[in-house]
Amino acid sequence: MSDLSYVRAEMLPERAPPASQVGFVGWARQNLFNGVGNSILTVLSLIFIWYVVSFLLSWAFSPTWNSASLSECREIFGAESGHHAACWGVINDRWQQLLFGFYPNGSEEGTSDLRWRPILAFLLLFVAVTPVLFNMISRRMNWVLLCAVLGLTSLYLGGALGIVVGLALIAAGAAIGYKALTADKTARAAEIEAGAKRLPNPLIFSAIYPFIAPWLLWGGSLWLPIGAALGFVIGYFVFRFLAPIAGSLVGMIVAVLVALVWWLLLTVGFADLMQSIIPIGLEPVESRDFGGFMLSITIGVVAIACSLPIGIVLALGRQSDLLIVKALCVGFIEFIRGVPLITLLFVASTLLNIFMPPGTNFDIILRVLIMVTLFAAAYMAEVIRGGLAALPRGQYEAADALGLDYWKAQRLIIMPQALKISIPGIVSTFIGVFKDTVLVSIIGLLDPLGLSNAIRADQAWNGVVWELYGFIALLFFIFCFSMSRYSMYLERRLRTDHR
Amino acid sequence: MKKTVFLGALTVAGMAAGASAAATLDDVKARGKLNCGVTTGLVGFAAPDANGKWEGFDVDFCRAVAAAVLGDANAVEFVPTTGKTRFTALASGEVDMLARNTTWTLSRDVDLKFDFVGVNYYDGQGFLVSKEMGVSSAKDLDGATVCIQTGTTTELNLADFFRANNISYEPVPIETNAEGQQQYLAGACDTYTTDASGLAATRATFENPQDHVVLPEIISKEPLGPLVRHGDNEWADIVRWTLNALISAEELGITSTNIGELSAAPGDNPEINRLLGTEGNLGEMLGLDADWAKRAIMAGGNYGEVFAKNIGESTPIALARGLNAQWKDGGLIYSPPFR
Amino acid sequence: MTTITDPHQGQFRLSMLLYDSRYRSLTIQIVALIGFLMLIGWLLSNTAQNLAELGKEPSFSFMMEPAGYDINQRLLDYNSQDTHLRASFMGLLNTLLVAVMGCITATVLGVIIGVLRLSPNWIISRLSAVYVEGFRNVPVLLWIVFTMAVLIETLPQPSAFRKGEASMSLWDSVAVTNRGIYIPEPLFSRSLGDIHLLGNSSLRFDVSLDLLALLAVLIGGILTSVLIKRRADILQEATGVRPRTWHWRLGVVVVPVVLVLAILGFHLGYPELKGFNFRNGIHLRNSLIALWLALSLYTGAFIAEIVRAGILAVSKGQTEAASALGLRPKRTMSLVILPQALRVIIPPLISNYLNLTKNSSLAIAVGYMDITGTLGGITMNQTGRELETVLLLMLVYLTISLTISAVMNWYNESVKLKER
Repeated sequence: MSDLSYVRAEMLPERAPPASQVGFVGWARQNLFNGVGNSILTVLSLIFIWYVVSFLLSWAFSPTWNSASLSECREIFGAESGHHAACWGVINDRWQQLLFGFYPNGSEEGTSDLRWRPILAFLLLFVAVTPVLFNMISRRMNWVLLCAVLGLTSLYLGGALGIVVGLALIAAGAAIGYKALTADKTARAAEIEAGAKRLPNPLIFSAIYPFIAPWLLWGGSLWLPIGAALGFVIGYFVFRFLAPIAGSLVGMIVAVLVALVWWLLLTVGFADLMQSIIPIGLEPVESRDFGGFMLSITIGVVAIACSLPIGIVLALGRQSDLLIVKALCVGFIEFIRGVPLITLLFVASTLLNIFMPPGTNFDIILRVLIMVTLFAAAYMAEVIRGGLAALPRGQYEAADALGLDYWKAQRLIIMPQALKISIPGIVSTFIGVFKDTVLVSIIGLLDPLGLSNAIRADQAWNGVVWELYGFIALLFFIFCFSMSRYSMYLERRLRTDHR
Repeated sequence: MKKTVFLGALTVAGMAAGASAAATLDDVKARGKLNCGVTTGLVGFAAPDANGKWEGFDVDFCRAVAAAVLGDANAVEFVPTTGKTRFTALASGEVDMLARNTTWTLSRDVDLKFDFVGVNYYDGQGFLVSKEMGVSSAKDLDGATVCIQTGTTTELNLADFFRANNISYEPVPIETNAEGQQQYLAGACDTYTTDASGLAATRATFENPQDHVVLPEIISKEPLGPLVRHGDNEWADIVRWTLNALISAEELGITSTNIGELSAAPGDNPEINRLLGTEGNLGEMLGLDADWAKRAIMAGGNYGEVFAKNIGESTPIALARGLNAQWKDGGLIYSPPFR
Repeated sequence: MTTITDPHQGQFRLSMLLYDSRYRSLTIQIVALIGFLMLIGWLLSNTAQNLAELGKEPSFSFMMEPAGYDINQRLLDYNSQDTHLRASFMGLLNTLLVAVMGCITATVLGVIIGVLRLSPNWIISRLSAVYVEGFRNVPVLLWIVFTMAVLIETLPQPSAFRKGEASMSLWDSVAVTNRGIYIPEPLFSRSLGDIHLLGNSSLRFDVSLDLLALLAVLIGGILTSVLIKRRADILQEATGVRPRTWHWRLGVVVVPVVLVLAILGFHLGYPELKGFNFRNGIHLRNSLIALWLALSLYTGAFIAEIVRAGILAVSKGQTEAASALGLRPKRTMSLVILPQALRVIIPPLISNYLNLTKNSSLAIAVGYMDITGTLGGITMNQTGRELETVLLLMLVYLTISLTISAVMNWYNESVKLKER
């Protein structure tokens, strides 16, 4: 046996790949310059990007933040440079108006700054939709969020009571948060399994949010939203009481009727009565004072929230075997989807009052809300129909096989799954409706675009164009882009769930 | 299901119902606010400032009415309306009165069923051109591109004018004054036409106003005035006589500075006394109290003061009184006597 | 099965309307119908009552009264003395014009960007993504006014041409101004004239005989060309040798068209600066361009996403299977990938066409006189007939939309996977 060996016993050391294959150079060669055509495209795009960015930056960076009028801006630029830089003074002067419209800001005598209310409503909106949209956040974290938002608001409002309540809420939030962060997930899961006490489901807050938000925005007596919410409670109890006696269908019909009677005839009286006994309320704000982005968000959110139940009913109607019901639903959906929103807004601004009983007169924002809701409902119905159609047939058949009746099957089997599949579609519908709210400027409402015209009617800012459009476009972009990202994320997550 | 939507909405509205047909005065008093329709923004006439407080010539008139009726010049809700929505807003009772550069025409008065209570500004449609075009008369505008604000009587006047003079033009319809100004300044149209007051207001905000000129031709009569719904004469009377009170106050030399003194006790001039309520019962006849006119005048001053403050020669808009001078000074502003 | 559930005669009770599944659906439907009719009746009676109070009687006779206003862009003859109906008709044509133009450019743009988004070139795909996200996430109305502002502020005004600061492009045939673009127009010195359809009514319609003649010759040429191809096919099947026909096929299309153009005296009319404006030539107004551009860019961003999704939806296995069968890449694309991608792409594409058409109603923001600007704008203002004009407006849009939907459904049916 000799030691002679013709086979290399040890591996050669790995050599670094050639410089042209790794690092930035390699990446660039692979992605940007692989081929003549691609290289030309890359160079052209780089030139284009450089041109656009340098132009935008030189325009955007201008020392005009504190100018009080366009003529002051012109002085800053000097005569020779002309009009080639932005005049940001208009944003400095008006950004609050662009955000809040004419919501009371305490500038007039005898009024106070109420803008915390829309801000709080907006923040609470996030808290309310979190359990629906991001179900990876734990129950405790939801309550932490709620405590934090409420606590900060009461701290901001100040006063001895405000500070005490605020500190208490924040402390409670911190305590829950500490527990949530330190607890071991699996151990906690086991505890829950064993029947440990849990915090209430945060969906409770989501359910009461629709009553809180209008109260925060419009103000008035607290008893009105409570009365409205009581309608549901009363209906529920009537149903519970009647269902065993007279059957579920009769129970349901009677419950709906009782709730309607309560809402239409008794709620206002109840609210007035309670208000005279225990007056709790916020200073009322006219919806006319809504404007700017607050108006857009209000219209978008209210329309989507209200259109969801209508959309579900329409989608079920469209899927149903009942010929007349189906025809009515299809007719409504196709009609609304067939006409542009602007004609519906014309209806809101000029005709809706004519369709109502003589003497009825509700203000333009409410009329717009009604029409936009109907508009969104038709689109929502199609989204939910898509969700229903995407459910495997086996689910329907399984529900039938279990002997569930139509409503039970819908409530327990079909809808939870169909709605879950539809969430991305619902979010895109919301983005669409939110973008479409700028159309209300055509009928004279002061949404951001409408306000831009009103601002340009101010002598100081007459002639400003790009700054306002740019600011509005940027805000819309931020809102819509983040929502569309979210919906994409959701789509991805749902897809993995189903494969 | 649609029904529930409507009914639900009605409930949420808290039944903001109010009889719109009659008794506007009672409605306004019950509400404690006057709903006044104004433009969505026209320099000098109505525009919100950074705090959302409305200012302008038309706005001050709304405030005067609110002061007369409710005793508070700030008890006004300003409802911005477009050319399209303004008449429906008034007809449907959404606003109690319209103070929005509205031309008094027969068809609006009769066919659309409104009452014009008077004229607070005598206007006419003019043309704004840049000096370098070398145009001295509107008849030289053959083939020109003309920016017109739609939703007004101007497009009809314009079509008539060019047809009558047998010259061609290219109309460019635009929605708001701000857009018209932008297009005109960029040269996308040769001339901008709207009411001469609006032109002056627009020109005033240019970087170089002296480079632009309003042509001498006024191609239409545009008596602008506040209007109310047809059929509620009591309310129309109140609005009409508030306007007249402001006009008379200027004629009689009552200003917001000397009104306190003049209204303290009856003076030598019986008409002043009747107007300010120190004599007679004119206020009572209108269904108001004796001080109504005093409050209206104190809200923003008399007609001349309102004019001077918002659109007069000391403002950037620098409109001369012209036709809008008192009749004694050769203008058309004339109030029936307070008697 | 039916025998088991056969009803026993004479045992009908009222509660069966609710609890017997044979009657229940009928009950629900009747209740729904009654509710619907009651709602309609309620709305109608309210409307009638309100209108009576306002002293307005619903009537469409105002449509036959003189409109009194001018329309800058009109595809047919119109003057301010024509009726409101004629003005609305002009508006309708303008709506259709911008919708068709927008759909074409949006599709082209969307397909290009959609493909570029899948490009291996990092910068190109990022740029396409920026374009798509930027346009999709900002309201289209904002884009429309923005585009209009760009056109107005950046392009030269006609007086700049007079002063020599700007000049016409493409050998002095095209003038790009901030009032629009002027391009040469086709003219015929020996024109055959027009046919006047529908006489003197508001919907009268002139059709150029020159155009008809050209179209007739063109169609004839194409048909002949198809015949030649058929003959070549037959010959090939019979003899195995395909005769060379392309020059014939080209010739029968081109030669007659050129001949007709020559007979009619075809020439181009160039725009020239006269007085305040350019005269002659075709004037593409900047309101049209702004609307067209903004709608195309906006809708193009959506179409790009649809195209991308469509291409991604065809699984890679399909390509591999096709090459395993020996298909060349070109044939793979046309026979395997495209038909499958199109099935995914077409339905949302058409619904985007629908959206574009509906969004064209935002024309009023830039003063383009479409149907919303004429019928729903100036006519509504001048006559004060809100109810009638809005109803007519909705009817028009509904008709357009339903037509497009019908086409969509027909197409969907025809490309549906035939399941067995």
